Amino acid sequence: MLSMSTNNLSYNDQGGTDSAVEVGQETTPTSSNAGAGFGLFSVDFKKNDDLKEMLESNKESLKLEAMKRVVGLKKLVYVYLVRYAEEQQDLALLSISTFQRALKDPNQLIRASALRVLSSIRVPIIVPIMMLAIKEAASDMSPYVRKTSAHAIQKLYSLDQDQKDLLIEVIEKLLKDKSTLVAGSVVMAFEEVCPDRIDLIHKNYRKLCNLLVDVEEWGQVVIISMLTRYARTQFTSPWKEDGVFDEHSERAFYESDEEKTRNEPEAKPYMMDPDHRLLLRNTKPLLQSRNTAVVMSVAQLYWHLAPKNEVSIVTKSLVRLLRSHREVQYIVLQNIASMSIQRKGMFEPYMKSFYVRSTDATHIKSLKLEILTSLANEANISTVLREFQTYVKSQDKEFAAGTIQAIGRCATNISEVTDTCLNGLVLLLSNRDETVVAESVVVIRKLLQTQPTQHSDIIKHMAKLFDNITVPMARASILWLMGEYCERVPKIAPDVLRKMAKSFTSEEDIVKLQTVNLAAKLYLTNSKQTKLLTQYILNLGKYDQNYDIRDRTRFIRQLIVPNDKNGALSKYAHRILLAPKPAPLLESAYKDRDRYQLGTLSHTINTKASGYLELSDWPAVAPDQSVRNVEVIEPVKEWAPSLWKTGKSKPAKSSDDKFYSDSGEEEEEGSGSSSSEDGSSSSEESGSDAESRVENSSQSSEESDESSSQSEKSSSESESDSEKKKRKTKTPLQKKTVKPTAKDGDSDGNVAKEASSSSAEESSSDSESDSDAHTDSDSGTEHKKKTKSKAKPKVEVKSKKEVSLLDLGDFTPAPVTQLKSSILSPSLLGDLEGMSLSNVSSTIQVSGPAFVPEKSHDLLHRMTGKGLSAQYQFPRQPCLYQPTMVSVQISLTNTSDHPLEQIHIGDRSPTGLNIHCFNTVECLEPEASVTVFMGIDFNDSTQAANFQLCTKEDHFSVSIQPAVGDLFLPITMTELDFRKEQGKLLGMNESSATITMAAENMTSQPISRPVATVANLGVVPSGQDDIHRFAGKTASSGAVVLVTVELRESSTALITINTEKSVMGSMLLRDLKQALAQA
Amino acid sequence: MIHSLFLVNSSGDIFLEKHWKSVVSRSVCDYFFEAQERASEPENVPPVIPTPHHYLISVLRHRIYFVAVIQSEVPPLFVIEFLHRVVDTFQDYFGVCTEAAIKDNVVVVYELLEEMLDNGFPLATESNILKELIKPPTILRTVVNTITGSTNVGEQLPTGQLSVVPWRRTGVKYTNNEAYFDVVEEIDAIIDKSGSTITAEIQGVIDACVKLTGMPDLTLSFMNPRLLDDVSFHPCVRFKRWEAERILSFIPPDGNFRLLSYHVSCQNLVAIPVYVKHNITFREGSSQGRFELTLGPKQTMGKGLEAVLISSQLPRGVLNTNLNPSQGTYNFDPVTKLLSWDVGKINPQKLPSLKGSMSLQAGASKPDENPTINIQFKIQQSALSG
Repeated sequence: MLSMSTNNLSYNDQGGTDSAVEVGQETTPTSSNAGAGFGLFSVDFKKNDDLKEMLESNKESLKLEAMKRVVGLKKLVYVYLVRYAEEQQDLALLSISTFQRALKDPNQLIRASALRVLSSIRVPIIVPIMMLAIKEAASDMSPYVRKTSAHAIQKLYSLDQDQKDLLIEVIEKLLKDKSTLVAGSVVMAFEEVCPDRIDLIHKNYRKLCNLLVDVEEWGQVVIISMLTRYARTQFTSPWKEDGVFDEHSERAFYESDEEKTRNEPEAKPYMMDPDHRLLLRNTKPLLQSRNTAVVMSVAQLYWHLAPKNEVSIVTKSLVRLLRSHREVQYIVLQNIASMSIQRKGMFEPYMKSFYVRSTDATHIKSLKLEILTSLANEANISTVLREFQTYVKSQDKEFAAGTIQAIGRCATNISEVTDTCLNGLVLLLSNRDETVVAESVVVIRKLLQTQPTQHSDIIKHMAKLFDNITVPMARASILWLMGEYCERVPKIAPDVLRKMAKSFTSEEDIVKLQTVNLAAKLYLTNSKQTKLLTQYILNLGKYDQNYDIRDRTRFIRQLIVPNDKNGALSKYAHRILLAPKPAPLLESAYKDRDRYQLGTLSHTINTKASGYLELSDWPAVAPDQSVRNVEVIEPVKEWAPSLWKTGKSKPAKSSDDKFYSDSGEEEEEGSGSSSSEDGSSSSEESGSDAESRVENSSQSSEESDESSSQSEKSSSESESDSEKKKRKTKTPLQKKTVKPTAKDGDSDGNVAKEASSSSAEESSSDSESDSDAHTDSDSGTEHKKKTKSKAKPKVEVKSKKEVSLLDLGDFTPAPVTQLKSSILSPSLLGDLEGMSLSNVSSTIQVSGPAFVPEKSHDLLHRMTGKGLSAQYQFPRQPCLYQPTMVSVQISLTNTSDHPLEQIHIGDRSPTGLNIHCFNTVECLEPEASVTVFMGIDFNDSTQAANFQLCTKEDHFSVSIQPAVGDLFLPITMTELDFRKEQGKLLGMNESSATITMAAENMTSQPISRPVATVANLGVVPSGQDDIHRFAGKTASSGAVVLVTVELRESSTALITINTEKSVMGSMLLRDLKQALAQA
Repeated sequence: MIHSLFLVNSSGDIFLEKHWKSVVSRSVCDYFFEAQERASEPENVPPVIPTPHHYLISVLRHRIYFVAVIQSEVPPLFVIEFLHRVVDTFQDYFGVCTEAAIKDNVVVVYELLEEMLDNGFPLATESNILKELIKPPTILRTVVNTITGSTNVGEQLPTGQLSVVPWRRTGVKYTNNEAYFDVVEEIDAIIDKSGSTITAEIQGVIDACVKLTGMPDLTLSFMNPRLLDDVSFHPCVRFKRWEAERILSFIPPDGNFRLLSYHVSCQNLVAIPVYVKHNITFREGSSQGRFELTLGPKQTMGKGLEAVLISSQLPRGVLNTNLNPSQGTYNFDPVTKLLSWDVGKINPQKLPSLKGSMSLQAGASKPDENPTINIQFKIQQSALSG
């Protein structure tokens, strides 16, 4: 309502009397009811007294009213902003004191709103006040207020550019901020105020990369584009000069990462800077964002920064964006058009996505056409041309004309189809539609020019059509062709000229000019026949209304008709007019757009937009890398595993009671204590976190027998440096907890040692990747022990923490404490949870199969395989190629009478299917057979793997359908471990059934045989005779599968399956039921 | 970034404007109107129009152009995405996003725009936060506001903005905790005149309506995640967990939201569950043409085809049509030459057909090509991807 009135006012100021104003006036009466403060504002907003009165009354407003007040005042201020009246400037200053007071409000939201409004007042007098407010807010305890201050920086800068230096100081400070809330806004301010101060980024680079996933989506866009520019100035080019990227150097990078040989002399084989890799790695998941702008910015980052062989991972996401709104499609297609010129291969598999739909807008159609043309090559040109044939018939004539041009481009680019295209275009000359014909003529002219020797019959054909064509451009083109190749059509050309002489006066200017040209050329080559005609035309041209034509006529006459004065020039007339002309290049309109960064406005409009920042070229020598080193490095891994624990407790409802109950209590306590305080919160102090900190400090203190304060410092730094927003580690808390915990953390001393040694000299990214490696090797039991042993010290932690909370009235507000452990950033949680599986598996040994069924299945019958027959079976061995794959044994037999050559695997579907192919069998003699092994990652599903089995001549589609039991690998474990694992997999993860056993299975023969036949599981030694246990893990994800068969009286049995892959569990249950019940 | 926003209706009037920085004269829209005039169809207005001092980026939704004015370099998709987000929010608040709805709720519209951008940079775009700040209008609230003169501005402080899960409002309480998930799969296909499929692809979305108390943390696993070739998530979904285990783990926003959208990989062509027999002929010389369409289901797995809608852009030469549908209603607009036929449900026993004649402009030549036919349909309770 109030905003209504303010805007209403603004309209009046502009003198606009339009519908909006009317609407406004219609609605204002409702708001003019007395009572609420807003109503008063809107009615009497011009009267200072009332305003003052309101301000007075607002001073005493209660906390809840405060928000209203600020909102109200903000709207009021906007009145000033628009009106800028003098007497109200005084009033503006009056209100400022209120804001200044609000800036000290205990509630962070009110502080933020006050700053937001204050900074929006565009009155130069208050610049110093604003500056002061921004500085203060930048060191505010609340990240939200700091975010607002980053926004205010831009506003102040646009109001008074002289403040730049001071503002840069604030930006520098805010860039160090570890909150994801602030990151996006401050980078925005950086881009606005001082985009050239790249030195400010160095120290924050790694932090920004790590925070990126958790920043809100708009901030992500800004940060990514800034980091793109940054990376281009700091890293050397990952692009090989020869354009071929060999995998070797890639591998070299990873090795170096592991071995920590970062300081090796670079450049010899190209080695990517780990920071460069960090950026690429951390932006990749954002390709899955729902925000199209984020996806596009990641795509451009990969395009400009990634090694050539990695760019193509963005393809799929870009193609996905084509499903979005029309405007999004437009921008994305433009960028794809630019990309597809340089890198055809990237989009070729998705060619069908660029097929034009009848519902597309014209500009979308032409962009798709552009891309299809760029993608066309020898292999797919026939498909493309068939598609084009349909487009030519489109009712959208603009689009049809575009298609003809596209055909022309295909014809010049791909020499194989030039003739086909040309013939097709000639056929189009008899089309009913003028634009189509005209466009065809123009394109044919260009094509003929590239190879004029063979096509005199086409020129003749066009001459015949000449009378029917009315479009000036087309007529002009034909005339030009006649003149240019008049020697090839010596009879027709003069005749055309004769016709033109008749209709000269009624032609369009462009046609007249070409007629004059034709006349001149014919005069030079065939003056006998055309002399009179030429003179006639030149006379007509001399008195034409258009001065261009008059000029041209005069020029031509002087040039070709010899007279005394200008003999010198006319000597060269022949060479001037009939010089061989270079053929026009039919090029994409997007050819030169790559000089602009992709995804930018400048790229879209193909001119430099104001404020566009050039992307610099790669430096030849990388600048000093150490500038990005932050003094103290995080030992990420120490706290990560414990986070994983709490993270997992949520979804999995784990039964590890000893541990979880502790942390749970603590969380509650923490939140309880914090909720009593205003604005401060313990959410970031939730049990898991505190605990991790304990571990941190304990480990590092133990390792580095130095002063404990130093170790605390490092741990605090590390934590904040890593992706978390809950910065501010409490020194008091840590100091006190170090001692009690130091004794306990002995199980991971070596881990800590490595971590801290790396932290001393390595970059943070390095140590992070180190830690990844370590957590893999860390066994789950290890930190289970660890955490258990922590139980006692934690009690102390709790009490300390409450004290520390009182000290710091900061962080997120009370309600958020409900989050408990979920306050951990989701992505991190996911990250950590992902590691759980590898942890579990490492405690348990994979064993050999208990039983390998001989059963083999037909892969390809000899009849359908034209003599090639193939059978497959599952040898139930761990796959050599990749642990997640299931190995498959294939025997190939040649039943034909001729040798089969080059047997290999071709296309596969779904495309994501991960297959390790067998080496190509070069030759298979008749009656010979060969056994090959391949690995297939079924991804823990029984969906068939479809692929093509190819010989030199043929290819056959085949599919391998695994039984669920073949997707497991047997593992050995003790009964105790089995029970423990089973305890974790209850509820939804358990499926069971009672069956009646077949008689034979009840007898002496152990039950393990039928079970092992069905599924590749290992036998767990059991203490009880009537309970049989089997254990295995899934090949792809390594999820544990536990089977219990409990024999009961009267030949019934209870089968219980515990696995988190519940689908596989139920399928396995079905199979087992069948096997055991079978007679 | 975003300087100003103008809302332009289909007749070319600016009916709402909003400035976040200094005021930009509405005359800047003249460049837009120029482009609008040049465009043959409303959709053909280019989304990005450079003018001497500004750049206009526009989106067209519900026959309203949302024209953003920007002054310097900014990723165009950033602006486009934001504008669409604005439209989505309006739709969320008012049910429909029409000129009338915006004018009726002009107060709320201004309040929303004010909160969504600060100094041209998006501030709060999450529907959960906005609804905490500004209550959506309901009939009751409108009545109360009219009587008491209060506003829709929420009394609560928007705490969600501060948390690390900005998409969820805090302190949610329900007596009945429930969560619904709708899986909607769409098939997009181009079929040539002989009936063979040129290209077909399946896209799907999972829309959720979650009404759960507190801060629930949900996991959702798929029977066959490999089918999902390419996915995009709501920000609440944990990327890493998906990458590692193909499990969706998330703290959901409160209320309706789109959890994920995906693309199904299908190398082999998808079976299209409907076929069209067509016989459209124009006779040379005469001013008559014959038009005949028959629809039928195919491979629908026993599920009925519903809400079938046929539309076709007939050639310009067609003056009028005289058609006879066996079911449903049809409509031909002689100005735009758009034929639309609302078939409704297809009964496999009695296939719907549309037969009749077209009258052509006298003397006009026979159109070269038959018109393209667009078919939209729905199948309930059926997943195309299998």
